[in-house]
Amino acid sequence: MNPELGHFALALAVCLAAAQGIFGLMGAQARREPLMAATPALAVGQLIALGTAFFTLVWCNVVSDFSVLNVVQNSQAAKPLLYKITGTWGNHEGSILLWCFILALCGAAVAAFGQDLPSSLRARVIGVLGATSAGFLLFALTESNPFLRVWPPPPDGQGMNPLLEDPGLALHPPILYAGYVGFAIPFAFGVAALIEGRIDALWGRWVRPWALGAWCFLTGGIALGSWWAYYELGWGGFWFWDPVENASLLPWLTGTALVHSAIVVEKREALKVWTVLLAIATFSLSLSGTFLVRSGILNSVHAFANDPARGIFILALLGLVIGSALVLFALRAPALAPGGLFSPISREGALVFNNIMLCAIAAVVFTGTTYPMFVNLLTGEQISVGKPFFDATVLPLTIPLFAAMTVGPMLPWKRAALGPVLQRLWWAALAALCVGFLVGFGVRDGLVGLAFGGAVWLALGAFADIVERVRLFRLPLRESLARAAGLPRAAWGATVAHLGMGITVAGIAGMALATHVIVALHPGEGVDFAGYHWQLERLYDAPGPNYTARVAEIAVEKDGRRVALLTPSRRSYPVQRNTVTDTAIRTNLFRDLYAAVGEEQNGKVVLRLHRNPLAPWIWLGALVMAAGGALSLSDRRLRVGAPLKAAAMAKA
Amino acid sequence: MRRKRIPSARAQPIGALCLLAVLLAAAPFHAARAVSNPAEMLPDRAQELRAEAIGQELRCLVCQNESIEESDADLARDLRAEIRKRVAAGESDKEVIAWMVARYGDFVRLKPPFRMATLFLWFSPAVALAVGGIVVWFGLRRRPAPPQPLSAAEEARLKRLLREGLGNPRS
Repeated sequence: MNPELGHFALALAVCLAAAQGIFGLMGAQARREPLMAATPALAVGQLIALGTAFFTLVWCNVVSDFSVLNVVQNSQAAKPLLYKITGTWGNHEGSILLWCFILALCGAAVAAFGQDLPSSLRARVIGVLGATSAGFLLFALTESNPFLRVWPPPPDGQGMNPLLEDPGLALHPPILYAGYVGFAIPFAFGVAALIEGRIDALWGRWVRPWALGAWCFLTGGIALGSWWAYYELGWGGFWFWDPVENASLLPWLTGTALVHSAIVVEKREALKVWTVLLAIATFSLSLSGTFLVRSGILNSVHAFANDPARGIFILALLGLVIGSALVLFALRAPALAPGGLFSPISREGALVFNNIMLCAIAAVVFTGTTYPMFVNLLTGEQISVGKPFFDATVLPLTIPLFAAMTVGPMLPWKRAALGPVLQRLWWAALAALCVGFLVGFGVRDGLVGLAFGGAVWLALGAFADIVERVRLFRLPLRESLARAAGLPRAAWGATVAHLGMGITVAGIAGMALATHVIVALHPGEGVDFAGYHWQLERLYDAPGPNYTARVAEIAVEKDGRRVALLTPSRRSYPVQRNTVTDTAIRTNLFRDLYAAVGEEQNGKVVLRLHRNPLAPWIWLGALVMAAGGALSLSDRRLRVGAPLKAAAMAKA
Repeated sequence: MRRKRIPSARAQPIGALCLLAVLLAAAPFHAARAVSNPAEMLPDRAQELRAEAIGQELRCLVCQNESIEESDADLARDLRAEIRKRVAAGESDKEVIAWMVARYGDFVRLKPPFRMATLFLWFSPAVALAVGGIVVWFGLRRRPAPPQPLSAAEEARLKRLLREGLGNPRS
């Protein structure tokens, strides 16, 4: 296929997106029905144009069209087909195109599923999405065009960073982007509501499913990234408080707050102004997460020095989108009617508390991530803010949040008393205390005990609301089960999501007990570590499609019985002149046996061996959280209010 | 025997692009480290654990946000060796870190010290919570008195508001 077709489609998409923005916003302002009625078609047109551009680029990668600069720089003929496809978004230009493609999908989704919306609101939402899209598409077309050609075409490409040749990282960007970009819809709804000057329960009912869908993807995307870091980087860490990770965590934190405060808007018409602000903040942080990091402002030398034009364009674009939304908020928010009343101790109060804590954590992460830059700008001093700082400041903030997470869902709306609710949670508290003390004394580490206690509190407490509602053990079991089946899926969704958090906390706590050892062994030698005997059976070379691997075969035995055969390797990629460790992990869900292989010296090979208790629970918990969100999304109540089909999000 | 590092952005523009892609995908900015050399480790297990803990507090100065325990850079390896030398010589954690700071400045500490320039950083949790509290305080105060026993008239008004709010959402 002709790259020029993609190039042309990209240019066409810019025009359609601009028209979508102008028709939507101006048409609704002037109350011109024909203009407003044209926006859904424009949104679908933009999707078709961008889809053409995107799949043209995928095709160029698949057939290794080395007349396209982007393919030359990021691909090679010998690369496996899967990575040729996923390599499309494994680089700057391609990933921007993917980003815009997902944004176009969001616009088309609102066009397709928003037929019940008031026409002016729908036109404005689609208009805001179109205007945003137009800006970033213009960036793609002018500053990061993936369809530029080279002549003469080189015989082979320069290859992709081998770290990216991995199934986890191949899937990671689309899922993460679906999360990032999905928050554009609540953002567009927020901006549209500010222009309209009214927010009601219908608005909340519309925003929540979209926010929830985006949240599920973002949760999955972050988990996938963390999992990749765990098995690919080869030393058993899973979260580094790196600026890039923080950039994805920030919208997750405010997005989680948004998902919760939207409940209050929907049910009680309170917290409306706050929810709009969260919607704006979440998408702003998503934008910053994807673009600011890459403009090089956070990560010093690399990107910015690379191409200042890109950085300035992006900064201007971010300033325009975020700035105009915030100005609009400042102008219009005070005019929004305040909503329902509630006392501090109530379901609403608990959700407000949740919002404060999540936003406080987000504020600390944001401050810590950007602080070195500001200090450097203001005083010229260089300081570092890393993992020890975040561990020391963020973890204490999670304690009240986790404590309230279990209590909140049990509180009635409007007005409540803490006493009776706490009484109904005694069993969860007792179990948490027992586990906390036992583990704490067992491993002689109070913090680990606290973390395990917290995990039990979250996991059991998640079910407390359900237990109460089905009157478990107070009614015959059969009747309780019937009641449980009759509960709305949203209630189950919340329970499952909170349970997921408990599982993740348990995993993180377990990882605090991880042990490792570094040894140098001759083939045939073994070492005893963590209750296992690790025997290095042999070392051999194995060819791969575009690499050669040096594989170590390690038999792991316990009490003379083999429990695992681990084959970690080091892969050498000749084209990229690069070496990547490929770890071997054997899990039984309660612990990971983890091995990475290093260099050979005098016939000995260096091995890094880990035993990581409960490690898989970290990502399992995130999956459970996302599943809880999806379950809540499938609630019939949401479909009645806003006919959103889960399939629409699945496509995004 | 130099271990290979993933090419740094400075070394290769293509490498930089790939790194950008890694960044973009929200993956941490870490080179795939190989495995440290067991010869580096101190024979005394307690001392080695102490040295690791110290190393995790210190930044590898030529890397992006990596501690010297995690990094494969030559400088990090030298500093790891230096820490172990000092730990083995009986220096306390504080003394080792003080030596590092004297040599490389506060930049080397991943947990910045508490002083004027970092005042706001360390107070950020308190400030964030205070701001949240103030917002809520004024948000709640903006409403009529909290619904402790409501008068009959207030009860009626609340009911009416609720009915209107949920009754015809599309008007």
